[in-house]
Amino acid sequence: MSTVERLTVLKTYKLYVGGKFPRSESGRVYEVSDSKGKWLANAPLSSRKDARDAVVAARKAFGGWAGATAYNRGQVLYRVAEMLEGRRDQFVREVADAEGLSKSKAAAVVDAAIDRWVWYAGWTDKIGQVVGGANPVAGPFFNLSTPEPTGVVAVLAPQKSSFLGLVSVIAPVIATGNTAVVIASETSPLPALSLGEVLATSDVPGGVVNVLSGRTAEIAAPLAAHQDVNAIDLTGADADLARDLEIAAADNLKRVRRPQAVDTDWTTDPGTDRLTSFLETKTVWHPTGSLGASGSSY
Amino acid sequence: MTFEYAPAPESRSVVDIAPSYGLFIDGEFAEAADGKVFKTVSPSTEEVLSEIAQAGEADVDRAVKAARKAFEKWSALPGAERAKYLFRIARIIQERSRELAVLETLDNGKPIRETRDADLPLVAAHFFYYAGWADKLGHAGFGPNPAPLGVAGQVIPWNFPLLMLAWKIAPALATGNTVVLKPAETTPLSALFFADICRQAGLPRGVVNILPGYGDAGAALTAHPDVNKVAFTGSTAVGKAIARQVAGTDKKVTLELGGKGANIVFDDAPVDQAVEGIVTGIFFNQGQVCCAGSRLLVQESVADEVLDALKRRLTTLRLGDPLDKNTDIGAINSAEQLARIKALADTGEAEGAERWSAPCELPDSGYWFAPTLFTNVTQAHTIARDEIFGPVLSVLTFRTPEEAVAKANNTQYGLSAGIWTEKGSRILAVANKLRAGVVWANTFNKFDPTSPFGGYKESGHGREGGRHGLEAYLAPSSPEGTR
Repeated sequence: MSTVERLTVLKTYKLYVGGKFPRSESGRVYEVSDSKGKWLANAPLSSRKDARDAVVAARKAFGGWAGATAYNRGQVLYRVAEMLEGRRDQFVREVADAEGLSKSKAAAVVDAAIDRWVWYAGWTDKIGQVVGGANPVAGPFFNLSTPEPTGVVAVLAPQKSSFLGLVSVIAPVIATGNTAVVIASETSPLPALSLGEVLATSDVPGGVVNVLSGRTAEIAAPLAAHQDVNAIDLTGADADLARDLEIAAADNLKRVRRPQAVDTDWTTDPGTDRLTSFLETKTVWHPTGSLGASGSSY
Repeated sequence: MTFEYAPAPESRSVVDIAPSYGLFIDGEFAEAADGKVFKTVSPSTEEVLSEIAQAGEADVDRAVKAARKAFEKWSALPGAERAKYLFRIARIIQERSRELAVLETLDNGKPIRETRDADLPLVAAHFFYYAGWADKLGHAGFGPNPAPLGVAGQVIPWNFPLLMLAWKIAPALATGNTVVLKPAETTPLSALFFADICRQAGLPRGVVNILPGYGDAGAALTAHPDVNKVAFTGSTAVGKAIARQVAGTDKKVTLELGGKGANIVFDDAPVDQAVEGIVTGIFFNQGQVCCAGSRLLVQESVADEVLDALKRRLTTLRLGDPLDKNTDIGAINSAEQLARIKALADTGEAEGAERWSAPCELPDSGYWFAPTLFTNVTQAHTIARDEIFGPVLSVLTFRTPEEAVAKANNTQYGLSAGIWTEKGSRILAVANKLRAGVVWANTFNKFDPTSPFGGYKESGHGREGGRHGLEAYLAPSSPEGTR
């Protein structure tokens, strides 16, 4: 009996756009290595055109996703956690390779990322009550403020935290009904591209999350300048790039979330800050009328 | 049958306008460093009201330094003490509201009925509302101990001079920030009177600084490296310039910009009420309102009926002396704004829309524009897309609610919208689909300090008013930053 070691089947990593897995329209790839420099895969090197295609997909998905019930969005986000749990080993391996972590440390990161989906799944039908509500105006009017999603959000995922950081920036954006075009970590894009496969099997409608890999600056520039993008999260940009992108974003007054000066500890309680960054407040007035001033009717 | 009105002018004697005013910096009125001055005129008569010191870069720097110096003590005051200053200010505004209403009408050109019944009551209410927040900030949902940002640089427009000042200064002070505010060059007086109110209230020096001036002073203020917070209300073009200017800094920014609000009238709306709402929507404050209902979307089946009633109503509007208590339509704020309105109206005609103006006599002096509406307007017309900021209504029609929503949202702006229908579920369905920050259903142009105000898309960032309005002046509660 021969003992030839079985040759493993390698994965072709692809983009995730509009619920499908295309290669870059440019036909370009770039080498992705682990923390020690060992080749892992050839990832798509996305172009401006890929970025624009992703925006079209995200815009197309926005109406349906924003219009879904908060309960439904919560269930879908929870389903992402379920699917991730089933592919935990794969992500532990990918995160360990990407970030140079031991198996146990990588496992802790993946567990935290799964739990983060659960956390945001629970927020979908609560944030409206926390940040919206009735306003006691001085007149005979019913007046209600409700948070609504900003629209299509370009997300520059963190460069270092390739998976927990990634999940921590995507989940709050889509929890509230926005759709996202995500630029994966430039040097460690593989966990993000694999997340696309999880999202595709988690009842997340195609186009709600679109994942691009490549040079952050090259992909971010057309997104920051895009007239059909409503907001941009600059978490994965350095100070110079962030400034340039913020200037470009001013052209249609995108909501801009600036990067932090210090590295984020993604394991801490995220709070509601990322949820509210991509919400608009709509306030609706209506006269209440009057049932007469003759006295108490209670 | 026609009604004749006897003149019913409000007395000017309740307000004493000095021949000249300085900048208000560190609790004192002072001349501009370069000695520059400008004149403010009454738009209804072109009479010079006063000569005002014109702030320049050096004055901005001095004012920011004064605000920075004052910040340490002001932000360290117990919230309850800050609250009492604001309550004092609210009360003094109430006491002096007649004087301030006349002053505002003189400097701005808007009818006394509006300054008396809308602007001034809202100004006092705004200070009263935010006064109450000052010692309750830990309960506002921004963490247990939210911190002020520092010095706020605030630039306000001329359409509601004192009300915009209140929207800016009241939340800034309640949260422990100090302020440098630049009023618009055509309406500096009420802000300078407010400086006097700060002195009467015993507000510590440097907490509020007022710098009348032009756009260059505003740009110097928003660009100043020691300003932590920028709040601007005005045009979308300037808002974009500010957004570029603050890129890469730590400055927090709120922008309240232009609009092209759709006022949607369905076939089941009570026509008379809807007509009043259309009039309020576009002719309140001569249409110089960012949230004006400047596009009327009327369902095709009732378009003729609504337009006939609207025209009939417009012929009864009284245009003239803003100090007359019977006046509905006052003066346009400046020659420059009047020229802009005229140019856009001419463009409307040139592009093929049909113009109708209320038959009213315009006074010989001052800046005036008759209430005007355009029919045969398409979505591609300039007057359906650009903010006119004047008493000009563009009328479009629709057949289905879906078409109304699509047309209403077909704009770079997203500030306001109106819905007129008797059907509750239609109101909620349409309101839900409108991409606008404020939706008035069966009413229009209502404001309240408890009610958040602000736009989607290119109408700006952030909200003013209510609990939401505090956020703009508080440091983020999480370690991550956002603007």
